[in-house]
Amino acid sequence: MHPSAAHAISWSGVQRSSAASICLCPPAERVACSGGATGGQPRVHSLWGPPQQRRDVNGGANRFPTRRQVPPPKGCVCDALPKETGMKSLSVRGKEEGCQGGGGGGRRRLLLLSRGSGASWTTSGPSSSRTAESWANHCCRTLLTVRAASTATDVAEAATEYEAVIGLETHVQLAAKTKAFCSCPSEFGAEPNSNVCPVCMGLPGTLPVLNEKVLELAVRTSLALGCNIARTSKFDRKQYFYPDLPKGYQISQFDEPLATGGHVDIDLPVESGGGHCRVGITRAHVEEDAGKIVYAGADRLSGSEYTQVDLNRAGIPVLEIVSEPDMRTGLQAAEYASEVQRIVRYIGVSNGNMQEGSMRCDVNVSVRPKGRAKLGTKVEIKNMNSFSAIQKAIDFEIVRQVELLKEGKGDDICQETRLWDEGNQQTIAMRSKEGLADYRYFPEPDLREVVLAEEYIDRVRQTVPELPHEKRRRYEAAGLSMKDVLVLANDVDVAEYFEAVLACGTDVKSAANWIMGDVTAFLKANKMTVRDMKMLPSSLAELISLIEDKTISGKIGKEILPELLTTGTAPRKIVEAKGLLQISDPAALEAIIDEVLAANPKQLQDYRQGKTKLQGFFTGQVMKKSGGKANPVLMNEILVRKLNSG
Amino acid sequence: MAAIAARGSVAPGTHHRLMHDISTCCTGQEVHFRRSPGVSRLPILAVCRRLCTLCSKMTPFRAVIPSASATFRNPCKACNWHGRASPSTQFSKSRDPEAISFPGFLAIRPGGKQHQKGAHSSATFSSTASMALSVAAAASATSLLCSIAVSQRQGWGHLGSFSSTGLIPLPRRLTSDCRRSSQLHVVRNVTTVKSSVATKPAGAIRKIQRMLESRERSAVEITEEYLSRVGALEPSLHSFLHVASDDEMLTQAAALDRHLAEGKELAALGPLAGVPTGVKDNICTKGMPTTAGSKILEGYRPPYDASVVKRIKDAGALVVGKTNLDEFGMGSSTENSAYFRTANPWDLSRVPGGSSGGSAAAVAANQCVAALGSDTGGSIRLPASFCGLVGLKPTYGRVSRLGLIGYASSLDTIGVLAQSVEDAAIMMGVISGQDICDSTSSHSEVPDYTAGLEPLDSFSSKPLKGVRLGIIKETIGEGDGLEEGVIRGGVDSGVINAIKDAGRHLEELGATLDEVSLPTFALGLPAYYVLATSEASSNLARYDGVRYGLREGGEDNGLAGMYKETRRRGLGPEVKRRILMGTYALSAGYYDAYYKKAQQVRTLVQQDLVRALSIFDALLLPTAPTAAFRLGEKITEPLSMYVGDMMTVNVNLAGLPALVVPCGTVPGGPKGLPVGLQLIGRAFGEGQLLRYGHIFEQTAPVRLGPLPELIPA
Ligand SMILES: [Zn+2]
Repeated sequence: MHPSAAHAISWSGVQRSSAASICLCPPAERVACSGGATGGQPRVHSLWGPPQQRRDVNGGANRFPTRRQVPPPKGCVCDALPKETGMKSLSVRGKEEGCQGGGGGGRRRLLLLSRGSGASWTTSGPSSSRTAESWANHCCRTLLTVRAASTATDVAEAATEYEAVIGLETHVQLAAKTKAFCSCPSEFGAEPNSNVCPVCMGLPGTLPVLNEKVLELAVRTSLALGCNIARTSKFDRKQYFYPDLPKGYQISQFDEPLATGGHVDIDLPVESGGGHCRVGITRAHVEEDAGKIVYAGADRLSGSEYTQVDLNRAGIPVLEIVSEPDMRTGLQAAEYASEVQRIVRYIGVSNGNMQEGSMRCDVNVSVRPKGRAKLGTKVEIKNMNSFSAIQKAIDFEIVRQVELLKEGKGDDICQETRLWDEGNQQTIAMRSKEGLADYRYFPEPDLREVVLAEEYIDRVRQTVPELPHEKRRRYEAAGLSMKDVLVLANDVDVAEYFEAVLACGTDVKSAANWIMGDVTAFLKANKMTVRDMKMLPSSLAELISLIEDKTISGKIGKEILPELLTTGTAPRKIVEAKGLLQISDPAALEAIIDEVLAANPKQLQDYRQGKTKLQGFFTGQVMKKSGGKANPVLMNEILVRKLNSG
Repeated sequence: MAAIAARGSVAPGTHHRLMHDISTCCTGQEVHFRRSPGVSRLPILAVCRRLCTLCSKMTPFRAVIPSASATFRNPCKACNWHGRASPSTQFSKSRDPEAISFPGFLAIRPGGKQHQKGAHSSATFSSTASMALSVAAAASATSLLCSIAVSQRQGWGHLGSFSSTGLIPLPRRLTSDCRRSSQLHVVRNVTTVKSSVATKPAGAIRKIQRMLESRERSAVEITEEYLSRVGALEPSLHSFLHVASDDEMLTQAAALDRHLAEGKELAALGPLAGVPTGVKDNICTKGMPTTAGSKILEGYRPPYDASVVKRIKDAGALVVGKTNLDEFGMGSSTENSAYFRTANPWDLSRVPGGSSGGSAAAVAANQCVAALGSDTGGSIRLPASFCGLVGLKPTYGRVSRLGLIGYASSLDTIGVLAQSVEDAAIMMGVISGQDICDSTSSHSEVPDYTAGLEPLDSFSSKPLKGVRLGIIKETIGEGDGLEEGVIRGGVDSGVINAIKDAGRHLEELGATLDEVSLPTFALGLPAYYVLATSEASSNLARYDGVRYGLREGGEDNGLAGMYKETRRRGLGPEVKRRILMGTYALSAGYYDAYYKKAQQVRTLVQQDLVRALSIFDALLLPTAPTAAFRLGEKITEPLSMYVGDMMTVNVNLAGLPALVVPCGTVPGGPKGLPVGLQLIGRAFGEGQLLRYGHIFEQTAPVRLGPLPELIPA
């Protein structure tokens, strides 16, 4: 073959000309691994590579920590497909419209129906009865107030005789700059197949190299979840065929996960009766994401003409967090998921965005008669892209299973994967697990095991900031109501802002009121986030102190707030520039009052003849005349004296 | 007040509007094709088939190529696109760079708990117990081999249930007409061809360099000589699956001559300047077809050079072409190539050995000076022995595997085949060293492998004085297999005599020679076949027709049909057999019995070898039980083919280096058939092995005569 022909086309789909070199490099943040082993003993990896994306996270209470480096997401086209499943079936559509193919008959296209799920071995063990029981007692009352109004009664009824056992598998995309095993950017929303290389496309001969940043983020998350970090863990291959899985296997961790045995502390919403819960974490392990199937010609699978694959997401690092089956209600599960999201956002390892697929939850639900130790048949639910969907899906599923049990049709509950159908608010069977998928896990021979030094773990531990539940306890201790605590600690940006305001010496209560009241209302109305607003925490503190020391009135304060939020100007400057300082000079006030009294002789006379209700009229007039700047207390004092002195 | 809210979702419908796009089709013309804007440049499942309407070839569109800018948008910080390590790249040194270990290596503890990585050098288990365990494992693994071999004869029926595990259903009948005539173009007509293997092994690389340096011959002349030999011998040998065009080769040679004429030092042009080199076709070469001998990769051109290819090119080597092999390296005879069989230059009716048979035949027939091969279970050493060559299988981790099309990742190594030890040493020096893109490559320092190779006249009378050699008893026993531990079926007596003669000669050179018994030696083979096939079943899963290579059946049968048809038509019978075996061994319920046990046996085998090497400087054994066998002789008997690997697989299981040097001949063919002596060394002890091999080679009393005439009159 002629060389020029050889270079004209690259068949790999990566590159087209000989001029362009291809990158096969490992991730820039890769693990600096030692080559050989030591004395016949297991290899020792030093993980002390130079920190590359390390940011200064501080857990201090009153400092304003640096902002996360995770860029805010742009756009969202994710169709939230269920993940890590085996392939199931496929049918073919004939003829597509508008086919311009030469040489005859309509081309047929692949149509992927659905992907079945594999055995979820991770939560198949018996539940931890200790936590399960204590939970059942503690949390059952929340069943009475679940949000899904349509099924609330059903759910409550179901809960009288039966209890549900719920566990979650949460996939959190780790915010490393590059993919887990190659140097492609891991950004969201790039053009399809632009962030790919021979490694993540699974070209022959390519090898993975672990991204060290991924390890750091995973360890940080695991520490935040209170897990034990394995000093030695390894990667395994999870094998199945699917077009979005370039290598035919997913690099994951099977029997030696990175982390085991943690927990998450939850505060249930006050509206639902409140209360604290603890959900156990079975394990957390690192894996790579698969690509994305795109159904072309339609928004979704049904009606699509053909199927395409986008491998931008293939190889993106993901931490899978498996909970203990400790939850009993949809609400608890939703709160658990949102707490996990809060944690990953707090510690800056992920944007936790469910719409983008940065965080995905698979739920396992089984139902059993109360008091029975044996677990019922487990059903897996996928395809929920919000916390309320998680709650509704679980509640629906509980009612469905309880009804079947009540009708004596318990055998109809089979181990299967169901999809949450948001449109119809129900779960639908996706694929039965009768033939359990066999993933044929075995140790990944292309990667070395991960050996973590104690000092490495300690160093990562230093980067774990104050966690949401710790913050909530601290706010509670500071005297805030639980309702306020939940709002303020919900978003790490809000909490950071709040604490920065406190750091300027502002009173807790007024800072909380301002942030939760007028500031939030303004942001909401203008579809802004805390990050978008220009007002520095010190400005809000200044504004509050201006009001408190009566330099301006509260009314003026509220009036100038929008300007503060959008321009970032110091409040004192605005107040001075606009002449909004409160008039507290008795002489000046007297002059205004005199003017008002002189201008309204009729009303004055009426007042003095006993119509004392007219005092309000005069107050209003004076306020109007002063442009709202009159110190109301002083003004009233003088006004009353003048009215009565005539 | 959510901090990060999803905004700016794309309006529904905008994704799916079809539009026209332009790309280059395989004829080089610009072609318009339709795509939907949101999903451009996808490795497409079905869409591409229709796209290239200007030429009849559909393949180039199977993977639609991202624009060059997309490639450049993601510059690599570590290597600046060329595989160079940046100065900031730091590797921590382990305490003992000599030690090696393997991914997924199991050690056995008394409690039977597995997953202790690496091997304990001191055995902590009772030998009886562990032996019982390992024998059991070996027995079960053998029974797996047998049962699969039987099932293969009886059809695939009773193993068909694996399809639910994602396994590819295999065809009942094995296709026989998978070979085709040479895809080579004959370089030029030559009237006379010197079929040369020097009677006295001399460094061919140094010789070329001397000629270039003295201007005795130009690089172009040398290249032309090799090209003409390639062209003349290919019709009878079929060593190459692809040969570089003469333009390509001669342009490079001319550039070299120009540099020399400009006064550049030869040394500055690299240790392999002007050396025509063969590359096994399972090693990726940028822009040059790389098929691994499989139909499923027919026409595949990698977008990158394997690390070793880059290294030899940087060292000045000229890549002659891609040498034939057993499909994906699975075989011991090169008969499993999906394209054609390669003949042994010593007897055209015999196999060259495998899987690097093409490399061996090409080097033996002097179609190239040296060649890169790969060795997973003996694939360099076996052909070296069959073709009378020097073959070096380095320590696992010594040479980067990046760009080696994976067969069994924890066993695969890239090594060299050459006409002399000196050539092998020079090649090894070029390809060795750490590669940041291969996590399993070792950072231990690369010594100067040629440093210990003194010229013949400077040898003392006992150049091997103080060297302790052990000859592995189990491999030279003439027993019928009744004796405990002796390899069943025995080893050809001619081979044993050649090895024993070699041992005596080494003693005369001053070495001490003792017999050493390795009771676990015979256990390696079944363990090897379990582990290698397990990893193969995984490594070969990527050939699914989605992104590159062959795609069949997707038009009519949907996704599952596409998988089935692509793999049914694209993979050969031996590959299917091994995928099937590996899938079986990793299946739930069988994992402990096969894969895990095999890992335990692997640990035992390694411990035994390492223990023996703590006493001896090197171990001696035959490379194969026989010399080259006839084409077709074993093709219907997979088990007897597998047994041929029994001398070599343990070295891969242990990750150790091994060198094969010719040590004599046995009767057969027009001029006898070569036999190779195998020397196993300590981890990263390639330099030592090469020194012993060099001394042996230079002083050997028996030397191979010239090759028989290869061109029919
Ligand atoms: Zn990549």
